[in-house]
Order: sequence, then C-alpha cells, then structure tokens
Amino acid sequence: MNGSTMEKPLTQHLREDGKPLSLKEYEQIGGYQALKKVMKMTPQEVQKLVKDSNLKGRGGAGFSTGLKWSFVPMNVPSPKYLIANADEMEPGTFKDRIFLEQTPHQLIEGMIIASFAIQASESFVFLRWAYKTAAAEILKAIHEAHQAGYLGKNILSSGYNLEMHLHTGVGRYMCGEETALLNSLEGKRANPRAKPPFPQVSGLFGRPTIVNNVETLCCLPHIVNNGADWFKKLSLTQDAGTKIYGVSGKVKKPGAWELPMGVTLRELIEEHAGGMQDGLKFRGALPGGASTDFLVEEHLDVKMDFTSVAAVGSRLGTGTVVILDDKTCPVGFVKNLEHFFAQESCGYCTPCREGLPWVEKILQSIESGDGRAEDIKLLDSHTHLLGPGNTFCALAPGAMEPLQSALKYFRDDFEQHVREKGCNYSSKRKLQTTR
Amino acid sequence: MATLYIDNQPYEVTSGNNLLETCLTLGFDLPYFCWHPAMGSVGACRQCAIKVYKDENDKKGKLVMSCMEPVTNNQRISITDAEAKEFREEIIGWLMTNHPHDCAVCDEGGSCHLQDMTVMTGHSYRKFRYKKRTHINQNLGPFINHEMNRCIQCYRCVRFYNDYAGGKDFDVFASRNNVYFGRHEDGVLENEFSGNLSEVCPTGVFTDKTLKQHYTRKWDLTMAPSVCQHCSLGCNTIAGERYGSLRMIANRYHGEVNGYFICDRGRFGYEFVNAPDRVRQPVLNGKTVGRDEIMEEIKKRLKESKVIGIGSPRASIQSNFALKALVGKNNFYHGVSENEHDMAELAIQILKEGPARTPSLKEVESADAIFIMGEDLTNSSPMLALAVRQAVRVKPMKEVIQANIPDWHDYAAREFVQEKKGPLYSATIHGTKLDDIAAQTHYAAPDEIARLGFAVAHRIDSSVPDVENYPDELKKLADTIAEGLKKAERPVVISGLSSESESVMKAAANVAWALNKSNKNTGLVLTMLECNSLGLAMMGGGKLDGAFNAILHSHADTAIIMENDLYRHGSTATVDKFLKMCRQIIVLDHTPNPTMSKAHVIIPAGTFAESDGTLVNNEGRAQRFFQVYEATDVIQESWRWLLNMGVNAGNERMSHWKNFEDITKAISDEEPMLKGVETITPPATYRVAGQRIPREPHRYSGRTAMNAHLNVSEPKPPEDPDSSLSYTMEGYRGLAPSSMIPYFWSPGWNSVQSVNKYQQEVAGHLRGGDPGLRLIEANKNTEPNYFMSVPEFFQPIAGHFWVVWTHHIYGSDELSNKSASVSQRVPKPYVMINPKDAEELKLTEGQLLSFEVLKDVYELPVRINNTIPAGLAAMPYALEGMPATGLPEWGIIKSVDRK
Repeated sequence: MNGSTMEKPLTQHLREDGKPLSLKEYEQIGGYQALKKVMKMTPQEVQKLVKDSNLKGRGGAGFSTGLKWSFVPMNVPSPKYLIANADEMEPGTFKDRIFLEQTPHQLIEGMIIASFAIQASESFVFLRWAYKTAAAEILKAIHEAHQAGYLGKNILSSGYNLEMHLHTGVGRYMCGEETALLNSLEGKRANPRAKPPFPQVSGLFGRPTIVNNVETLCCLPHIVNNGADWFKKLSLTQDAGTKIYGVSGKVKKPGAWELPMGVTLRELIEEHAGGMQDGLKFRGALPGGASTDFLVEEHLDVKMDFTSVAAVGSRLGTGTVVILDDKTCPVGFVKNLEHFFAQESCGYCTPCREGLPWVEKILQSIESGDGRAEDIKLLDSHTHLLGPGNTFCALAPGAMEPLQSALKYFRDDFEQHVREKGCNYSSKRKLQTTR
Repeated sequence: MATLYIDNQPYEVTSGNNLLETCLTLGFDLPYFCWHPAMGSVGACRQCAIKVYKDENDKKGKLVMSCMEPVTNNQRISITDAEAKEFREEIIGWLMTNHPHDCAVCDEGGSCHLQDMTVMTGHSYRKFRYKKRTHINQNLGPFINHEMNRCIQCYRCVRFYNDYAGGKDFDVFASRNNVYFGRHEDGVLENEFSGNLSEVCPTGVFTDKTLKQHYTRKWDLTMAPSVCQHCSLGCNTIAGERYGSLRMIANRYHGEVNGYFICDRGRFGYEFVNAPDRVRQPVLNGKTVGRDEIMEEIKKRLKESKVIGIGSPRASIQSNFALKALVGKNNFYHGVSENEHDMAELAIQILKEGPARTPSLKEVESADAIFIMGEDLTNSSPMLALAVRQAVRVKPMKEVIQANIPDWHDYAAREFVQEKKGPLYSATIHGTKLDDIAAQTHYAAPDEIARLGFAVAHRIDSSVPDVENYPDELKKLADTIAEGLKKAERPVVISGLSSESESVMKAAANVAWALNKSNKNTGLVLTMLECNSLGLAMMGGGKLDGAFNAILHSHADTAIIMENDLYRHGSTATVDKFLKMCRQIIVLDHTPNPTMSKAHVIIPAGTFAESDGTLVNNEGRAQRFFQVYEATDVIQESWRWLLNMGVNAGNERMSHWKNFEDITKAISDEEPMLKGVETITPPATYRVAGQRIPREPHRYSGRTAMNAHLNVSEPKPPEDPDSSLSYTMEGYRGLAPSSMIPYFWSPGWNSVQSVNKYQQEVAGHLRGGDPGLRLIEANKNTEPNYFMSVPEFFQPIAGHFWVVWTHHIYGSDELSNKSASVSQRVPKPYVMINPKDAEELKLTEGQLLSFEVLKDVYELPVRINNTIPAGLAAMPYALEGMPATGLPEWGIIKSVDRK
C-alpha cells in the first residue's frame, strides 16, 4: 500500500496478515466516530450529506445512493429494512470480500449510518454462501458492536434502535439482484420481483427497504467524517470517491486495489496488475465483471468511472476487470460465461430461461466444430431479443453484453470457427489450460 | 375512461386496467400465457409484448409487456409493430425449444392454448437443433394426469394451486430451464380444486385423468350447458358426451356464480352417469320389461290405488312439479327429513322476509369481513370456501391500491400484502381447511355457535337478546367479531344446513340483520344440502313424515318415489317400516340405491346429462341445464315419464303439457315463488338466422361412420323438442345466448381461453348478461324480525356424546360417490372425538368405539381431533353405512374395543 492515507480511506488500515480488524483496533483508527456524529444529526441531514457526496452504488448499476434513499417514505410505521448486498457472485469480482473478511466493523458502521438515514429498525447482511471466513468474522463483529452499544436499543443514547442479522445465501447468482435477494431472504424462490414497485416502497416483507452494496456502505463512515467535498475530490473524474478496482486474467499480478475513481484501464493493467504475462498480448477486457461489454485495445485509455466507461459502450459494473489474452479463444471464453448465466437463470421468464441455454448450446457447437453459418445470426438475434426490458430482470441482458461485444470485436474468430469446423486456439497455447 | 390509440385508432377504454385485458376486451387477438383473468399479471412469459410510444412523434417506441402496463389517457400503442411481432413469435420459438412435438397424441391437442398462441404468432419452423430436456412425471392421484415434458413454465398452475386455492402440497422446484411443477413426491393432490389445473394449464401438462380413461378429442364431444348437481351452489358446467357416454365436465364461466373455476367433486363426480349398474330398463317385480308393458302396468296400478308422490331435492323443479301434478298437491311430499324440510323453509323465510340480501359467489369474493357459522365450507360447499379465500384479500388489497400498485399486478400485490388477511371469523364444530386464513376460530357445539351468534348480534344491535352468563373470553370474542363486522364495508355472514341446527341459522340471520340496520351492503349466505333443495322448498309440499303417516294410516297405499333414496332422509327403521307398509312402490331413478332395491316398479330416469331441467341454487337463482345427449334405451327425464303416466291416467291438466316448456310455463303460473322460471332461456323455437345452436363443434368428426357397424345409412339426427340446441355440428356459430353456451370457441381460440370473447369485458359478465334468474330478493329496508330465543348452553352428559355431522367433499354427496374417480377419495367411516374424551375412554387413534344413536348401534374407529369440543362426536355425513338424517342427537356410549 503506497500513497498517502487519505487516498485510500477504505483500505488504509488493512492488516498486513489479512486478519480482520478487531473492534478495538477499528476504534483506535477512528472507527465509530462517524456513527457518533450521525447520532447527533437528523436522518434528513445524513441523506443530504450522502446525496451531496455524489456517492454512486458500487454494486454495478452506479445509481446515486442518496437519491435511492430519498425514495423511502419517512413517516410510515416500523419496520423498515436496510440490507447489505454481500452476495458477491459476479464472475471475476472479488472486491467486497476484502471488506467482509478484513474490515467487518467498517461495513457495520456504514450499515448503521444507512439504517439511521432511512430510519430502518432491522438490518441484514446477505452474504455469499462461499464466504465462510467472512461469515464468522461478521457474526463476531455484530456481536462486538452489540456489546459496545453500537447496535440494539437506544444506540449511543440517541433513542435510535437497530438490530442486525447475518444471512448466508445458498449460492445463487440471482440473489445479487436486489429483489431476488429480498425473495430469498423471505425464504422464497430467488426470483426477481417486478419493478415498480421498488423495494424502497415495497421491499422485504412488503416494507420499505434499501439494499446497498458492501463497498458503497463502507464509504459512508468516511463521507460522514470528512465531508461531501472531500469525497468528491478523491476522484479524478466527475464520479466521486475511490473505487476498489480488480484485475484478473493472465496478467502478472492479478489483484484488487483501492484507487481514485477514474484511473485508466491502461494504468490498471500495466501499473497495478503488472502488465500481461510474458508471451501474451492484451486482446480485450470485461471492465466490470462478466456481465459487461468487452473493451479492446482502442479503449485502454478510458477512465474507469461510470460515465466514461458507458460512453465507450460498456459499463463500469463492479470495476473488476477480466482480461482476455491473445491465446485464449474468445468463443470459448464467452461460452464459459454463457454457461454460467444459463445455469444461474432463475427460470422465471421465457427469454432468459430458454434463450440462454440455447445461446450456450450454439457457442458449444461453434467451439466444438459443429457450428453453422446461421448460428452466428442466431447469436446476433439473441443479443437484441434478450435486451433490456424484454426480460423480467437484468440477468439475460447482462449475459448478452459480453456476447454482443465479442461478436462485434472478435467476429472473425466466430466465423473462422464455423469455417474451419473448430477451435485452433488450443494449438496456439504452450500450456493448455483446460476446463 | 381514457382514450387509447391502438395502431393509431382511438378507443374509449377504462383507465387503470392493464393493456392486455384492455386489448382482449376490445376484441384484439394478443397472445399470452402467464396472465390469467382471475389471477392477474406477473410478467413471466413475456408473450404479450407490444410497443408503447411516448407520443405521436415517437416512431421507434419501446417494447413492453402489455399485461404489466396500465392504460393511461391518450396512450399510443401498437400490436402490429414488426419488432413486437418478431418478439412474440420468438417467445414461442423459445418455448418450443423444449416443448415436445406430440400434439397428435397429446390430450390437450385441439383445445390447447399453446397451439392457438403458436398459430397466432406465426411461428412455424424451428431453428433449435439440439436435444430437448425431459422430466419424470408424477402420479398425482385419480383426478389429474401429469406430463411435465410439455410444460412451458407459465407458472399458472402453482399460482392457482397455492396462491388462489390455498394448496400446500404443490410447488415449483429447481431452476433455469429445469424448473419442475408438481408435488415433492408422487401422491394424490390434496387440494379440492386441483381439477382446475386442467383448465389453468395452457397446454397438456395437467389434464383430466377421467377424460383420459375414455379419451376423445374435445372437438368430438357433443356438449351442452349444464349445472352442477353435487351441492347447492349451482356452478355452471359444460358436459360433453361421445358414443353414448359422458366424457367430461368442464367449467362454464358465469360472471356471478362460479367464474372460472369449479371444485373437484363437481368436475369428477359425473362418472356416476356411466356407472355399469345404471338403471337402463323398466323393472317390474324384479323382471326387466318393455316400455309399453310398464306404462300399461302403471296405468292399471294407479287407477286402483291411492297414490302419494315423494319428490327430491336432487331432481329438477320440472320433475318435482310433474310428480306433484300427477299425484295431486295434497299427496305430494318433499322427500327430505323433517329438519331439512323445516330448515329449508326457514331459510326461505329468512332470505325473503328479512332485510339481508343473499349475495352471489362473486359478491362473496368481494366481502371485506366474513363470519362463518357452523359450516365446514370446503367440504359442504367447496366453491364458497374458494370465494372466502379470495375475500380475505379484499381488505389488504385496499392498502395495495393506496400504495399505487394496480390490483391486477398480482406479483407486486402479493409481495406487498404478504401474509396480511382481512377479517374472517369462523365458528365451526371442528377445525376446517379455512382456519389457516381465519383471524379467529371458535370450535363449539351447534348451540354454542348459535349462542356466539346471538352475542355478536346483540353487540351490533342491542334489540337482539344477549347471552346470559356468557364466559368472559367468549364475550371478548363476540366483541372482536362484532367490531370487525361493523367496520366492514361489505360484511357477509355464512351459515347453512350442514350442521342441521336451526338455532345456528337463526343466529346467523340475527347477525346479518343487525348489521344490515347500519350497513345495507350486508350479505347473508345460507347453504343447502342438495342441488335443488331450495327449488323443492319453494314449491310447497308435505313433509316426509306426512308421507309415512299417509301410508301408515292407510290414506294411501302406493308411493311414487322419484330420484330419492329415502334412507338418506329418514332413519333406517322408519323407512324400512314405511316401505314395508306400501302396497306398491314405484321408483323413478337412474342409479341403484337401497330404496330402489325395495321397489316393485322401477322406471329408468335420465341423469342430468340426459335431461332438461331447472335447479334453484342456494342463492335462489333458477338455472337451466340442458340435455347433453338423448339417452339410449328407454331412459328419459323423470318429468317426461310422469307426464306420460299422467296422460295415460287421463290427467286433464297434464295432457296439455307437451314438452319442457309447457311444464315450465305451468310451474311459473302455478307456483308463486317460481314465477318467471320459463324466462331464463330463450324458447325452444328460438333460432339465429333460422338456425339452432349446435351442441357439436364444427370440427366434430365421425358422424357418418360412428354407427356404420349397425347400419351404413346415417341415421337422422334427433331433434330437440325442448330447446333450440341441435344435436349436430350444424347451426349458428356466433355467440349463443348466454344461458345456452354449449362450449366456448372463437376463431383462433380453441381452448377454454376463448371465454374472453364471450364476456362484456374480460373477467366480467357474459355478453347478454349472466344467466339465471334470482327468485328471492330481500327488501333491505324491512325491519328485522329477530329471533329472540337464545339456546341453552351446551352441557355434555357423562356416558353420552352429542353426535353431530361432519361433511366430506368426497363421500357425503350421493351421486358423486358413485364416480369411479371420486370413490377412490372417499374416507372409511369413523367417529371423531376430542382427545380428552379419548383419554377418558382410554381410546387411541383407530380403536373402535361402539355407541348407539338414532336407535342404531355403530362401531367405528375413532379419529382423535384436537379441535372438536369434548362431549361431542362427529359422524361423517352419509358415508357408506353412516346415517344422513336425524343428527344432531344424543348418542349413548356402549363399549370400547382397544384391540
């Protein structure tokens, strides 16, 4: 970790050994000071502060957090709910894990602040099933916070009450979608719900509910402590704050780093991830997880913020970059992704349930040498038929993003597969990594 | 109202409805699967996509699901837009990736919504070239067949079964393109409305297993509008025949009565019509004889005898009236027990002279508070239970509307409402299947239920006497119920005959009348025991005891017993004695029963399927059912036999009645309470463009061949003298008058979904008005004449049980019991007692309890039930070997067998 502490407010205090900060350690570095401050504010003041900070949701959609909160009706009877979406299952995404395993109290403090802002009385951490370490640490931290009077009745003598619970999912990608998460938390099938009504109005158990991403929540104590302007200034661009960026794929140093919002893709790959592995060339990248459009060489200087990435036809998503190198078959690469999405479809709406397995089967055919010319046309048509609005939720449109951009940037590869009846990438590789 | 532009044409429509139902109401063909008019929108199938435009300059538009979007004023949409059409076609393409191409051997073929929608979207050639996924099917019991491979995952089944009907043993399992709809394991579907899955399913996953056992294409059926015979609610049905046997009962939409659904007793009870032991020939002293011979014999016997006639609550008003005309009104007796007779008359008195209106089933669905008194509705009047299940959503739905969620948006509404329920108060003898949605339940002896009713009524209007020395906790309960009912906008009180307690019915009337004083929207529903109990009671006639006395005292020596097993209405000893005393017993019936076995003369009567008739349901609604097919052999309607007998006997009045209409007109003229019954259907001379309404679809096949093994010349089709329906496929193809729709069909709509085209607006009234005539209308401004005598509190007696009824949907109804499928669901006789009594008697579940009641000794295995109060024992009404009359009564404990 280099650079001044102020540049990495969320991760500056991570322990070298990867162990979580205890309550005591967290308090020593200024933990729960923000909460003390908030307890002297009104919920409206907290909402305004966060709105002014221009904090945008780090779960992928990039929606203004303060604005989202403002849709929660304030003068309604209890209960209202605040949920931390810790169901981090987007392929290639591993940023929230850092907070969940290493700074659980930072998350809890953020959750209490968010809960207070919307006057929620119950809060939940909806955690990915596989994050076993995190589960243990969060449980422990909730207990500690309770003991210290940060949770429970009459928090810090403010009269405000909040309970917090850990809920571990059972490993469905779908639960990352906030309304499917709500259904799952209620004990129902993890199908998404229709919007409107939005969860802010009718959410968990039909009550007003906010679902925020873990990283988003972790920003809150720092915004409270240092102010909206400070937060905005952390960024290099119009989207405020720092961001946890990650890089995976065949780079020299895959990993995740907190950096100012708006670093370029090139800087991420070349400086922080150490560049491509020897003998491999950069071919393309999914900038924000598996459900974002490929960016290619010409986009390397794009600023990695919500607005700039959208301007070049992709999405910042979770900010965790997946790299495609020149010796990995883009058809096989996309096929793997579509296999994942087809498996993770909840089966509710027709286009997603039936369309994704079909796409997967076509890609499998093309990859294995059984492709036909009309198959590429079918893939093309699926990319627009499974577009936003046509399906019940964003899963299938998300699944189409890597496919449509692959068909755009790597179309020759698809056509060559069909023409030559198979994939010749395996021969390009010295070390064949098979699935 | 709003102006909606569909492909640039303006239409005046109701604002707020969703675009799909609006388009369908306007007559557009827009395909859909997951949406159901009774269950609303969930947006799952994505089939009903259309384009919505921002304004008239917007040429691109946005694809939306029409079922999920409300109509707004000056909205512009397109159904014909190329992108929308492509998307709708592709939805079918996706569904077909896994749907088997087995239409030719599929039960649903030809009446399949999926087929219709496939054709509608124009999807013809498949582009999918991979293997289809397959599933293993389940054995779901005698009613429903399961073929999961055909599933298109519209989720309607699980939404109907669980959300609408309250089922708990059915669900959707797994995920992605592997989702599975069924039970957690093979087994009988427990819900009483499971048969509706066969109509709710848009394709051939859930189909009618009884139809499958004698399968025929639905287009090959001869069909007629019918009315269910298996309880008093009068659900409208379609009955279909081929090759002389009844093949199927389907729902016939009625906007006020049954809507889209019927219960399993009603759907599957029909098989008694085809029973091998049906009476098909006249029998004289045990020997089969011909028609002429029997008519001659009867003529002779009637001449030299003093005759009484015993009618039936399960026979039409025409048949009862013909019997009355034949024997003379002083010799006509209702074939029901004294209590049943008196309570039916009481019900008429309450509904006619009291101020509370009796609502239709549809109106019960919109009640916002309900008080059930003494009725286990799921078992006695199942569709009323289904209506109650919808009504508990009324109050929470008000909040849904306040939250700006449209009431048709089922998904959002259910998430918003969660487990909230409107007030349902249920006071019954023991636990019922509606308890899961009840705010308060109270289990008590009938008199105690009545006392609660008095206490509640007193709290609403103090001129009803209060219950003296009433325990505090019951006072509190009465307070709660009174408060809940008073707060409601449309409260409904439900009671009826199934506990056979007059005091309960009177108390129910008191509650409804007290409410009516301040709320004219109060409803009072009284259920009856049989399909025409009310019609019979409206006719006047002596009590069954009177008939017994007439024979006993030699005022008469011959009894004509019509469609009535007297053993269901009198005690074994009395009926035995009566039948023994009769010099001659003439029975008209279609199905063997103990009474028939003692008859000297048996006349083969037609069942409902072979008959025309009119029934009066518990709402006082007279409804016509039509002959589906001419019976084989000499079978004919009871009323027709009786007319023949009357004419033969030189009955002047009867000789003027040539057909169904003449007799119905006579009823209207002579029976003041049944005035107008001849108006409920158009006359038999009714024609559209000179044509009859065909009982057979235009695709009906085999007419020229089906009798070729007997005679290669095609016989002339029979002519129907009693209605304007034809027995062929020729006739008028447009909309039939609403009272005589033999089947639902519209070009491009071969499935039951074609009912959309028959409604004024989707899910509303039938075009031309919902059929039937309500014969009883309360005067809401009448001053209530309260029942003033509060029954004494119930005091158990040592060594005794107060023996009461418990009803069974399968088993308590006489005719459906004989259905091969229903009979598999009938429980074995038992007696239900409280755990405390069981403990005192040292009895465990299944051990035998012997007791004497109504002078008969029963030895029955005990069922221990936590809800039945101590001191009570419940016997299943009319199960084989069980009584069907005389209870409640004290029973004496004889002995116990703990083996």
